[in-house]
Amino acid sequence: MLYAILCYHSEDVVCSWSKEQDDAVMARVQAVEDKLARQGRLGPVARLLPTTAATTLRKDSEPPLVIDGPFAETKEQLLGFYMVDCATLDEALDTARDLGRANPGGAYEIRPVSVFRPGGSVG
Amino acid sequence: MSDLAWIEAALTAARPQAVGALLRYFRDLDVAEEAFQEACLKALKNWPQNGPPRDPAAWLIFVGRNVAIDGVRRRARHTELPDEAAVSDLGDAEGAMVERLDAADYRDDILRLLFICCHPDLPATQQVALALRIVSGLSVRQIARAFLVGESAMEQRITRAKGRIGKAGVPFEVPGAIERAERLGAVAAMLYLIFNEGYSAPAAEAQARAPLCDEAIRLARLLLRLFPAEPEIMGLAALMLLQHARAAARFDPAGAIILLDDQDRRRWDGKMIAEGLALIDKAVRHRRPGPYQVQGAIAALHARAKQAQDTDWAEIDLLYGLLERLQPSPVVTLNRAVAVMKLRGPQAGLDMVEPLADRLAGYFHFHGVRGALLTQLGRTAEAREAFGRAIALANTAAEAAHIRMHLDQLMRSDAAVGAERASP
Repeated sequence: MLYAILCYHSEDVVCSWSKEQDDAVMARVQAVEDKLARQGRLGPVARLLPTTAATTLRKDSEPPLVIDGPFAETKEQLLGFYMVDCATLDEALDTARDLGRANPGGAYEIRPVSVFRPGGSVG
Repeated sequence: MSDLAWIEAALTAARPQAVGALLRYFRDLDVAEEAFQEACLKALKNWPQNGPPRDPAAWLIFVGRNVAIDGVRRRARHTELPDEAAVSDLGDAEGAMVERLDAADYRDDILRLLFICCHPDLPATQQVALALRIVSGLSVRQIARAFLVGESAMEQRITRAKGRIGKAGVPFEVPGAIERAERLGAVAAMLYLIFNEGYSAPAAEAQARAPLCDEAIRLARLLLRLFPAEPEIMGLAALMLLQHARAAARFDPAGAIILLDDQDRRRWDGKMIAEGLALIDKAVRHRRPGPYQVQGAIAALHARAKQAQDTDWAEIDLLYGLLERLQPSPVVTLNRAVAVMKLRGPQAGLDMVEPLADRLAGYFHFHGVRGALLTQLGRTAEAREAFGRAIALANTAAEAAHIRMHLDQLMRSDAAVGAERASP
């Protein structure tokens, strides 16, 4: 079963990391990703730019409304995601715990994937 | 990341909101800052044991307010000291409290905190120092280091600045739409000042002062989260990101300036560029151009060019033309002349530069650009004279060294440089 691990954290806090802190977190996360890749379980991974770079298209009006900023105003923001192949929810939670040790703070939402198209047309 | 590092990042992130709210409660900057300090000390004790609170800023405001009120009572000897554990253990109270704190209040709190630092009575350097102390929470030592002055001198400067804004009175009423827009404009200008304190530093000081650029960008993102539909704030954030993205390519190992054309663009920071370009795209949609957006758009055109010769100089020329109308200044015209030189050759550039001579006679870059244009036209003697004036006006050793390099080239190649033409 393919799971999406959606990363939520306070953007204020993550933007307050020094470059060294950020690099250190990324290096530790990379080690976990490498392990998953060796096990053949790692799908696409994305880190998103801050929500200040986001634009939202509201489709519930005609024509759809374009709004600056993220869809939801929340204390913690969606900052990225991993796609990981896991046999069970327990395995998915273990994977999330591994990632969490590398990158503490915030929360992971573990969400089973229903349709997955790997794409592959962008570099 | 260790507990401590995580907590420090959380405290830094929460600071503008928490100090801003405490300032609203106590209407006194010193009391607000002290209350925040006390709350931070309690957080350092409490959070490693109980885990971080869900909303660190709300926790700090709540605890800071209680501590400060206790302090007032203690001094007045009205009540006995409260049990400290009761203050630091919020438990279920936190959830309810978060609901009470209105997001709109926060927005004006943070804006107010930034705005009091840009009081017109304060000289630019004091505005920047004050903002770094109050809003960013940098220590006096860190700020002194960034400004290359002694700690006691910086302490005095900040105390004087605080005294001035204390006398001027902090505007506590909730601002109307026009006041809010004015405050936003003043705060944007101050953030760009903070940025330039870092960005304009010569190579030898760049490392000590680069954190000022990061801090200005962090505060601009914060401002943009509070005012997500303000195109000028998008433009400002984009401008700073796109300029700071070049940091690693701006100086050679010896500290000499590397001009935009000669920079190794692979050393530019791709992530900052992506964020800057995204913000410019968003800003343009609003069709309300302003000086930061136009400067950001010019920086974006440089960022989009994979090599210097791919630069869209025609578009840059148009944007400088727009900037001249929005914010007329001989310096803008001087910058435009460089684009014109790239497009239509050195004579066209020089024609644009010459009329600025009176107003920019004391400006280093004017003589530098003029010297470069004269060099390309083969007017060596005049070029040499222009470069000589530039050196006399140089602000840093690196600027002077850069011009000297031009002079050396002139000496070596003599009149042969007349054949050199910029690629269109």
